[in-house]
Amino acid sequence: MRNLLPLIWRGNSERYRLLGSKCEHCGGEFFPQRSLCPHCRRGGKIITMPMPRQGKIVSFTLVHSAPKGFELETPYFLAIIELANGVRLLTQIVDSPAERVKTGAFVKMVFRKIFEDDAEGIIAYGYKFKVVQTVEQTPKPAQTKMIQNNPNKPGKPSLKPQKSKN
Amino acid sequence: MRKVSIIGAAISKFGEHWEKSLRDLIVEAGTKAVVDAGVEGKDIQAIYGGTMASGRFIGQEHIGALIADHLGMNPIASTRLEAACASGSVALRAGYLAVASGMYDIVAVGGVEKMTEVSTEEAAIALGGAGDQEWELFMGATFPALYALLARRHMEQFGTTEEQMAACSVKNHDNGSKNEYAQFRNKITVDDVMNSGYISEPLKLLDCSPITDGAAAVILCAGDKAKKFCDAPVEIAGSGQASDSIALAQRKSLTELSATKEAAKQAYTQAGITAKDVQAAEVHDCFSIAEILAIEDLGFFKKGYGGKAAEDGETVLNSQVSINTSGGLKACGHPVGATGVKQVVEGVWQLQEKAGARQVVGLKNFLTHNVGGSGATAVVHVLRRA
Amino acid sequence: MQKSGIIGYGVSIPRLRIKAEDIARVWGKDGARISAGLGIKEKAVAALDQDSATFAVESANMAISRAQIDPQKIGAVFVGSESKPYAVKPTASIVADAIGATPNLTAADLEFACKAGTAAIQACMGMVSSGMIEYGLAIGSDTAQGKPSDALEYSAAGGGAAFIIGKAEDSIAVLENTYSFTTDTPDFWRRQHAEFPEHAGRFTGEPAYFKHLISAAKGLMSRMGVNSDFFDYFVPHQPNGKFPMRAAKILGFPDEKVRPSIVVDRLGNTYSASSIIGLASVLDIAKPGQKILLTSYGSGAGSDAFYITVTDKILEKQRHAGETVKQMLEDDKEYVDYAIYAKHRRKIKSL
Repeated sequence: MRNLLPLIWRGNSERYRLLGSKCEHCGGEFFPQRSLCPHCRRGGKIITMPMPRQGKIVSFTLVHSAPKGFELETPYFLAIIELANGVRLLTQIVDSPAERVKTGAFVKMVFRKIFEDDAEGIIAYGYKFKVVQTVEQTPKPAQTKMIQNNPNKPGKPSLKPQKSKN
Repeated sequence: MRKVSIIGAAISKFGEHWEKSLRDLIVEAGTKAVVDAGVEGKDIQAIYGGTMASGRFIGQEHIGALIADHLGMNPIASTRLEAACASGSVALRAGYLAVASGMYDIVAVGGVEKMTEVSTEEAAIALGGAGDQEWELFMGATFPALYALLARRHMEQFGTTEEQMAACSVKNHDNGSKNEYAQFRNKITVDDVMNSGYISEPLKLLDCSPITDGAAAVILCAGDKAKKFCDAPVEIAGSGQASDSIALAQRKSLTELSATKEAAKQAYTQAGITAKDVQAAEVHDCFSIAEILAIEDLGFFKKGYGGKAAEDGETVLNSQVSINTSGGLKACGHPVGATGVKQVVEGVWQLQEKAGARQVVGLKNFLTHNVGGSGATAVVHVLRRA
Repeated sequence: MQKSGIIGYGVSIPRLRIKAEDIARVWGKDGARISAGLGIKEKAVAALDQDSATFAVESANMAISRAQIDPQKIGAVFVGSESKPYAVKPTASIVADAIGATPNLTAADLEFACKAGTAAIQACMGMVSSGMIEYGLAIGSDTAQGKPSDALEYSAAGGGAAFIIGKAEDSIAVLENTYSFTTDTPDFWRRQHAEFPEHAGRFTGEPAYFKHLISAAKGLMSRMGVNSDFFDYFVPHQPNGKFPMRAAKILGFPDEKVRPSIVVDRLGNTYSASSIIGLASVLDIAKPGQKILLTSYGSGAGSDAFYITVTDKILEKQRHAGETVKQMLEDDKEYVDYAIYAKHRRKIKSL
């Protein structure tokens, strides 16, 4: 891959380390990173923040017909997963027997080649996820109080946009 | 805001047009629409053209200028609009707003896409730009995969089945068989769909709309002047547009397209109607599950009941609400930027009772619903006889 | 000079396996005889989306979570490999970014056939002991490639191991001493443009593996004034199941002191990771106070010997924060046939 090198490189901290954003004003957490809080807009204060590396499957599909660059890998699982802090992302599910890939399954991050479309260009590495049998017992860093960014939780009010200055 | 009517409508045949270029398709649909409207070229004051990915498909940008040039309309103001698969509808809305505002009396609106210049793999990459290029396509997600993720949620939450989704494709092919402009004229069965092979589970080949070349055009006119040109002008009674997150992962819900609901609310309110006042609609069936989501989100059926409605025949021609009388994206074809305008052309023909074997009887309100990407843009229009 | 030690360790092994018999079948050989002769039942296979960089990062992440240190305090990353994804562009910088250690550190890739991983450990030992850095990260990682129908096809496997090196008093295992024996010996090599390595047949035995490994082990023991009785574990380089056992016998180690480190029968030869995955496998079970003799071997040729003592920190330092090597080898694996193996390892010519 020779094109979009700066774009790929800019995404390293997100793809390698799941580094997302947080708005200190409303507590919203985002992945991938944002330069502007979508709720507070100019009233927000964005900082980077690592996302948790565990989550669960919200929906999944088995891709048989792949786009250019992925043909050799079919069939492969894609899923929308929800991380432990409520943030969702789309990712491949690897190293998991088909019967374990289902909605609600727990997953953890692994580091893999994502894209390598020719033998002479650069390789794009980053996150994929695999199903784990139980939620990992890894020690967690001290958690600051965070507002769940999961609007699908029943009864959870969505974050109110600030009185608009925009 | 004054009323706006459609006084002319035309489409090219939809299909794989190896012998026709993008420019040929523009000229074909554009000139037929002008003839249908009974106007002269000099009467048209502005052009709005929708095309999603001409740059990626044929390396050509600046489509607004291209359209004006090849229709012999220089120095007219001509603009290209883009909203992925809703490019045609946002072009229509721009033309509508231009006339409604009083800026112009007569404008031309078109949509075109020439998809067969590149391989199907390259086309998939181009279409992938309708979603999140860096965080969805980059991870290996094509459009079938994104809609498959929506399908699975719908199936798990509401019990929607693959057979119910198949019923949408079957009906659309049935309607397409009656449409001389459709890409696919063959009828299919639920078994055909079930056996057509998985693209991205649970979506199969016959759950997916095809790659198509084609163009469509309409001529818009200020409502009070329309009858000068046309015996049966069709009024744009309501227009709505809304957006949502570009990526599926940031949606509030994976069992609805909330942009559809928001756009529909605007259009219904402006038209002074509700869903039950609509007898026929062209909805965005890029995949069979998209049609089920659409008929729910537009309010024709309760959330979760779209699959059953399709299965029970409640959306076939002249049923409770005739969905995709043209054959939809599935059977009529989906030249991406043209679809939104083609839907309106179908609405015009239906309201003018020119739809032949696929005529909806007793039609008062016709709705068009066009979606960009996996739901990041939705545009809804309500049409009725002026 | 201040001593250094292992603060945390991690291992990454791919999930796919191919049995030696399934390889033999393709070439019309007697699989059972080959498997018994090599002492290898099956080997681990890197999938299409895995390479020595992905094994390096995964094993490094596990080492850091065992070590419970701030990656920003890592002052050096060295990755030893003979199957780098790029001939030019370091794996070490990819690892440094992926673990969050950038930008205040040094990094480089090393090559010395199968001993590049232990060479990385020695580099870190020097930098920590001298006070140049607080922590170093040493990795051995490979996705070794065996030429179709060649003997090495049965053993060439993929995997990686990572070690955080820091001050001895904080460590789970002290790197007490190291001695290396190095000569210029052409037993196994790969030219720049070649896809597969070449080997010198029986020359790879006596004048290569055995001469260097035995010399390094004996050299270290004589400088310490001890013999094999001194150690609880012998961890040799494992190109197959036979060489390490023979080396152990020559040095006077009984089988039971070697077996805990032997993984080649179920893993294959992971080249730069080979002896150090063996070390990890011993650290998974070792008790405080036990003594380990680690001896790598790299073709070309050389051997690094280490005297390592286990501290009581091995119990508190979350040894169980990652899977054990035994769990990785036995618990969750998927067998593939030669066709799928050839697809993943890009042995199909047009790939």
